[in-house]
Amino acid sequence: MAIFLDENSRIIVQGITGAEGTKHTQRMLKAGAKIVGGVNARKAGQELDFTEFSADAVLTVHGTVAEAMDKTGANVSVAFVPPKFTKDAVVEAVDAGVGLLVVITEGIPVHDTAEFWAYAQSKGNKTRIVGPNCPGVISPGKSNAGIIPADITGAGPIGLVSKSGTLTYQMMYELRDIGFSTAVGIGGDPVIGTTHIDALEAFEADPETKAIVMIGEIGGDAEERAAAYIQEHVTKPVVGYVAGFTAPEGKTMGHAGAIVSGSSGTAQAKKEALEAAGVAVGKTPSETARLMREIYQKL
Amino acid sequence: MDLMEYQAKELFAKHEVPVLPGSVAETVDEARRAAAEIGGQVVVKAQVKTGGRGKAGGVKLAENDVEAEEKARAILGMDIKGHTVHRVLITQASDIAEEYYVSFLLDRANRTYLAMASVEGGMEIEQLAVERPEALARIPVDAIEGVDAAKAAAIADAAGFGPDVRDQVIDILQKLWTVFTSEDATLVEVNPLVKRPDGTVVALDGKVSLDENAEFRHPEHADFEDKAAADPLEARAKEKDLNYVKLSGEVGIIGNGAGLVMSTLDVVAYAGEDFGGVKPANFLDIGGGASAEVMANGLEIILSDDEVKSVFVNVFGGITACDAVANGIVHAFELLEGRGDQVTKPLVVRLDGNNAEEGRRILSEFAAQAPAGLIEQVDTMDGAARRAAELAAAK
Repeated sequence: MAIFLDENSRIIVQGITGAEGTKHTQRMLKAGAKIVGGVNARKAGQELDFTEFSADAVLTVHGTVAEAMDKTGANVSVAFVPPKFTKDAVVEAVDAGVGLLVVITEGIPVHDTAEFWAYAQSKGNKTRIVGPNCPGVISPGKSNAGIIPADITGAGPIGLVSKSGTLTYQMMYELRDIGFSTAVGIGGDPVIGTTHIDALEAFEADPETKAIVMIGEIGGDAEERAAAYIQEHVTKPVVGYVAGFTAPEGKTMGHAGAIVSGSSGTAQAKKEALEAAGVAVGKTPSETARLMREIYQKL
Repeated sequence: MDLMEYQAKELFAKHEVPVLPGSVAETVDEARRAAAEIGGQVVVKAQVKTGGRGKAGGVKLAENDVEAEEKARAILGMDIKGHTVHRVLITQASDIAEEYYVSFLLDRANRTYLAMASVEGGMEIEQLAVERPEALARIPVDAIEGVDAAKAAAIADAAGFGPDVRDQVIDILQKLWTVFTSEDATLVEVNPLVKRPDGTVVALDGKVSLDENAEFRHPEHADFEDKAAADPLEARAKEKDLNYVKLSGEVGIIGNGAGLVMSTLDVVAYAGEDFGGVKPANFLDIGGGASAEVMANGLEIILSDDEVKSVFVNVFGGITACDAVANGIVHAFELLEGRGDQVTKPLVVRLDGNNAEEGRRILSEFAAQAPAGLIEQVDTMDGAARRAAELAAAK
């Protein structure tokens, strides 16, 4: 098992011919992901040679997501599309009915994200959207959809959900001897598809996941909502970490969604909400890893 | 980006939301001339990006242009909650029959938009929401359907606007929705929206926040940036495309990835508690690439911050290999020396992840030929934060 992504995932890359799309297609292939094609309307029909990174990986560029799915049996798409064009790319993927869409792109206007989210809802919410502004999803040893380095650690019993890419990598590295079922980077934008709660729900249902690390940061109230969800629905042990205690009010800290507004969205409030829900919260990433290690040893 | 009132009203006027005549002034002379042009009673309003201007004495009524000049003299330069007043808005005064509240905003939690409206305007909306929640209508707005006349009517009726102003409010709501969507705003708020004694409804104040991710669609929004009020280091960092936020502290911070950098600040502040309360001096995310030039630009900004006593470079090599980061640091030193900036503040570096061993080896070699104690490496993030705090406290 694992969540969202496994060895049966067949992945296409929207924007495969761009610099980022090409680079990360190479990396995903090297990590063993089944990349089966790409999409770019203007370069449809081209054949791309990735055999240097995975035997037989000659990938066809398709004109649309629907065509790519039809020809390749793909069920996952990873989008490396510039911000201007991301909304259209998401709408196209939703129309094609792809099961999982990972949107890596950073810098998308929030109105565009709100619109494509509303569009996905209006179409029955059949496509799971992860991101935008996220590092993607990795199920070590099985598949990799996005930019999370595959060589940090292998498969294991910990599930990880995080708003931040580099903190995901840091946490995977700290717990590399134990390993992960799946790590999900949900992204740092104010509006995102998959939430902490969605990932927690999936990890709770996944027999391979024995314990969960949840990483949050300032801005919004997603962590508070997740805390309430954990209290009600999650029986597996959860450890948490929240970044941004020192962030000043009213300043965006790198991620578009990372902002303390007035007295809301503070790291302190999030930490307190998680602790009240029985989640052990670390003061630093390393301390969080230690808390998880202690729990793991008792499992 | 939060706009000041006069900028918000420029956008209102552009989209035909009714506002009173007014103009902005940076000097007392300009204030007097603006008041003379408007004629009669005017209001002189401090333009700062914070609430509570009235209570702080930043909003004054003036009977004529001479008095407007006097009031402007008192208000210009005033400090309101840490914001210095660099300009005032001179606007026609108006008697008020009734005060209302309307806004459109991004509802992060529900991943949609929210309209809020109340016929009890004037007071801080946070206060109204707590004290009289039943008086504040909250209506979700679908991002695709938007606000047409029927939706605007539903908002107006939920808030209980009377028949005397209902049609005007419905019209204004649609125009404010146009401001919200066509300008890529995350907040459009009018508090108060007022009914004047003659029955006309106008926006007496305005608050707009714009989405910086949408700047590519609105090059004209760059003019709204308040360069005078910007921190000089932040302004320089912005010129160099660096993701930098100035804080008040002694340990300069460079890291990769927004989450890791935020975490680095916290870990330094936490370690600093043991060293007389040493704090992080800034947020700086150099992103995935971490090229020598970006590293050099970042170091240059941080080292020119007089408060900074030590620098902590915290990099986890995910996509970027640590040897590239180490080479980036070495070249950054060379670049800085080439520009005539000798690095004299101690650097603590923590490299982990992709190819960390090679990165550490490169840095050790470089540190050995640098002045003693200038570059130190510590293997863990917590340990390195502690060392950087200790060095800053010792200076």
